[in-house]
Formats: sequence, C-alpha cells, structure tokens
Amino acid sequence: MITMGIDLGAKNIKVVILKDNKIIAKSNVLAGFEVKKSALDAINKALKEADIKKDDLDKVISTGTGEKLAPFYDETKSVVGCDSLGAVFLHPATRSVIDVGAEEGRGMRCDETGKILDFEVNEKCAAGAGAFTEAMSRALEVSLEELGPLSLKSTEEIPMNAQCTVFAESEVVTMVHNKVSKANMARAVHDAMASRISSMIRKIGFNKDVVLVGGVAKNIGFVDSLNKDLGLEVVVPKDPEYVGALGAALAAAGWKGGK
Amino acid sequence: MVDKPEFWRWTESRWTNPDIDWKGKVITSGIDVGSVSSQAVILADGELYAYSNMRTGSDSPDSAMKAINWAMEKTGLKLEDIVYTVGTGYGRVNVPFSQRAITEIACHARGGNFMYGPTVRTILDMGGQDCKAIHCDERGKVTNFLMNDKCAAGTGRGMEVFADLLGVSINDVGDLSFDIDKEPPPVSSTCVVYAKTEATGLLREGWPKNKVLAAYCSAMAHRIMTLLERIGVEEDFAITGGISKNKGVVKRLEKEVGIKIMETSKYDPQIAGALGAALFAKALYDKGKK
Repeated sequence: MITMGIDLGAKNIKVVILKDNKIIAKSNVLAGFEVKKSALDAINKALKEADIKKDDLDKVISTGTGEKLAPFYDETKSVVGCDSLGAVFLHPATRSVIDVGAEEGRGMRCDETGKILDFEVNEKCAAGAGAFTEAMSRALEVSLEELGPLSLKSTEEIPMNAQCTVFAESEVVTMVHNKVSKANMARAVHDAMASRISSMIRKIGFNKDVVLVGGVAKNIGFVDSLNKDLGLEVVVPKDPEYVGALGAALAAAGWKGGK
Repeated sequence: MVDKPEFWRWTESRWTNPDIDWKGKVITSGIDVGSVSSQAVILADGELYAYSNMRTGSDSPDSAMKAINWAMEKTGLKLEDIVYTVGTGYGRVNVPFSQRAITEIACHARGGNFMYGPTVRTILDMGGQDCKAIHCDERGKVTNFLMNDKCAAGTGRGMEVFADLLGVSINDVGDLSFDIDKEPPPVSSTCVVYAKTEATGLLREGWPKNKVLAAYCSAMAHRIMTLLERIGVEEDFAITGGISKNKGVVKRLEKEVGIKIMETSKYDPQIAGALGAALFAKALYDKGKK
C-alpha cells in the first residue's frame, strides 16, 4: 500500500510518501505566495524521489493551515491528529506532543495509539511560534541557523519583559544599547519563547514521553530553554518538520500505534 | 548605506498660550514619558500655558529634560520657576526634576476631563505601546479601567510597522485609507506579525496600498473594540493619544461602537496624560501651602 501525506504549513509544504509503513520519499518546499503551485512542486518532487506516479497512490491525506489548497487529496485530517500519530510511530512511548511551527504552536496529549486526549492551539500570536525567532534573528542580525548554537554559549539569564514579538524587537534594540552579548540575547529570546510554549502545554498538562516536532524543534537553543522550563528532556525525532506529513500518510494507510 | 525614509515618524508639536503672561503666577508642570512619545505641559495658575510633544529617546531622564526644555523654549521660563512637577507614563519614576509620580491612568482621566469637559465618562487612550479604556466621573476621577500593554495589535507601534511596510507617512494613513472603492475585510486583528504577512500577500495579489491600509485600520478598530466591549462605553466618549489623530481608525471605531466620539480638542490629543499630571502638580502644590 502506498500513501501520501501533505502538510501545508504557514511557511513550508511538506510531503511524505509511505510504502507499507516505510518512508520512501519526502520533500519540503517553501509555500511562498502561490501555495497551490508550491504544493504541486512538493508533490512532484516526492513522487520523483519515490519513482512512482500519482496513480500509484492508494490514498492521500492533506493537513495543515492550508490543507484545502492541496492540488488533490482524498481526505483532510487535523494537524494535532497527524502530529500525534507521526510522533507515536517514531517514538512509541510518546504521550505528549509539542508542535512549534512557523506561525502556530500546538500542545497535545495522546494515548498509545496516537489518539488525541486533549490539545491546545495558539494561532493568534506570533510570540509562541517560529515567526518570533525569525523576527529576533533579524533584530540580532544573526542567521536563524546560528541563533540556537549561539544561545548555548550564554553566560547569563536575562528575562525579557515583552510578551509580544513587535515589542520584543524594541527590547532587543535596548539590549544592544546596553551592550548585552549576542549569546545572552539569544538565550533571552529562546527562554521567552519556551515560557510561552510551556504555559500553553501546562494548560492541558503533559505526560512522559514528551516529543517536540515542527521546524522550530531544529533550534537547539529553543530545545535547551524548553527542557529547562519543563524540567525534563523532550524527545526530538530526526526531521521533526516532517512529522505532521508523516502522520497524514500513516492515517491514509490506516496505521495505529500500540499494536 | 542608503538612508531609508522613516515613514513611521509622526509630527512633533509645541504650543504656547499667547494670552498668558506667566510672570507672578504659580507654575506647575506635568511630564509624561511614554514608550514612544514624551510630553511636557506647563500650567500658569492652573491654566494651560505651554506644552511640547516629542519622541522618547532611549533614556527616560534625558527625554523628560528635552520635553520640558522644548515646552519652555522662548518663554523665558527656567526650570527653577516651576514650583511642582509630577511625572507620569511608563518612565514616570525617571523624571529627574519631579516631586512625585502618578500613574498614567489617573493622569489621563484628569487631563481628559480638562480637555473635553466634565461630561466625559469614557476616555480611550490609544498610545504608542498600549491602549487604555478609562471610566471617570465628572471631576475626572477614575472609576474603572482596562488596558492592553502586552500586545502591539491595537497600539501606535502596530501602525508604525504598517506605515513602514507600505511606505506611507504615518500622518497620511487615515486619509488614504478612505480613498478606496469598497471597504475591504480586516486583516488579522490579533497579531501585527500575522497582519503584516497577510498584507504582503494582499499587495502581491494586486490590492492597492490604500485598500491594505483600510484593512489594517479596520483590524485595529476591531481590536480596540474588543477592549471596549469588556468595559463598556458610557457617554460622553473621548479619545486621546497618538492614534486619535488617525481618522482611518477613529471613524471605523466610531461605527463599530455606535456612539459618537467627541470632537478632538484644539490641543494636541497626545498631551492628556502630561496635562493631568500638571493639574495634579497644581493641586499638590496648593495642598502643601495650606
């Protein structure tokens, strides 16, 4: 059985193709402004990598903010549902999942099959999403890739007062004036974001193991701050940004955990 | 490096009352050091004599000094002539020549009462980095208030971001936002960052600048409405702060609230906080003399 999962995020479109529950291809394309075209690009890339044709697909499930913009699909499925399924597949002990994407943050609790028990979403405020670190990397004039490692070199914890991305930009300027080192500023940025995410997840509570997915999971500075805030070590799977698309493909195949 | 035009820059102002000679009168002042703008107001025997309204620098004491010096410019007044000064605003404890600090909520109610008269019951102060809805009595005493100082949506800072994005001077945003065929739906009213992303998408779709401005002005009105809904609006209803100069937001807000907003006073609406502080300074000085 060959299935496809498409995750149309606010910033990137991810596609995963599964054959008998094994990943045979994946692709990631920037959504840009012509989302439909980018989605088609991502799908074609994955099909090419898997060396199959569209007609070879038994079932396609689309998920994400722009799920309805996929050029073709059989069903849609909620992001939290896909995230938990993907996380349980990669790490069977998963009982909580945190997904930090470009413009949304989500927290959820699930059972051993990947079924959602409770969840919480922030899609209203950039301060709890990747958009925050992006804005801060611009303000600090440090690339997004460097921001994480830089944060681990911090020597001091400096609390950030602003809870809003726009206000935090001004606060960073003040920090620059006060000669705060870039490493300490990067740490302050990640601590602030971790505190937003942890207060969201604390609303629904969390059970071990906690798996962190979404593009922001690749930021080791954020992961470190989140671990400190939650008082545990979150599990970050390889390629955390594909977990939603993987979950969609798994759902298309009718896969469930705990068996 | 090429200097980028600063579209967010709003016009600073100063004013002196030509009918008053301050000599021999009791001079009190109020200084409002806000996050974006700072104002100084000087009273002579409790009457409005002079004011200044300018951008806040990176240093609060310095901004307070600059504001009072500009207000005193060409009046012959010196700092020693001022018998009592009250500081307000987020930098209120950093006004070096003040005798007291009073919260901006109390000062705005008092100043709004002076500017708009005793019939004012609701004052909406739309500031640079916060937005406050204040209920007050006929003497300008605060009876209730609500404020948003956590999020840039619905504040002047959000409007600055948009002025910069669209390359339109912030002073022109209001008028341009009415130069459209049909009122568009608002962009995201919860987050400036998302509104910005949306606006960029709309521009790419071919929306004219003015239409995007209209969509943002109405998002801002919508956001402020959620604050007003929680506290309620009692007539008369007046608006102070920098955004009150933006008709694009004010007219749309008036429509959403369904209550007439009082005509702006002849004075700069940004001075309400400093004016209230100066009135408190006068009252405190009189009390100390008794």
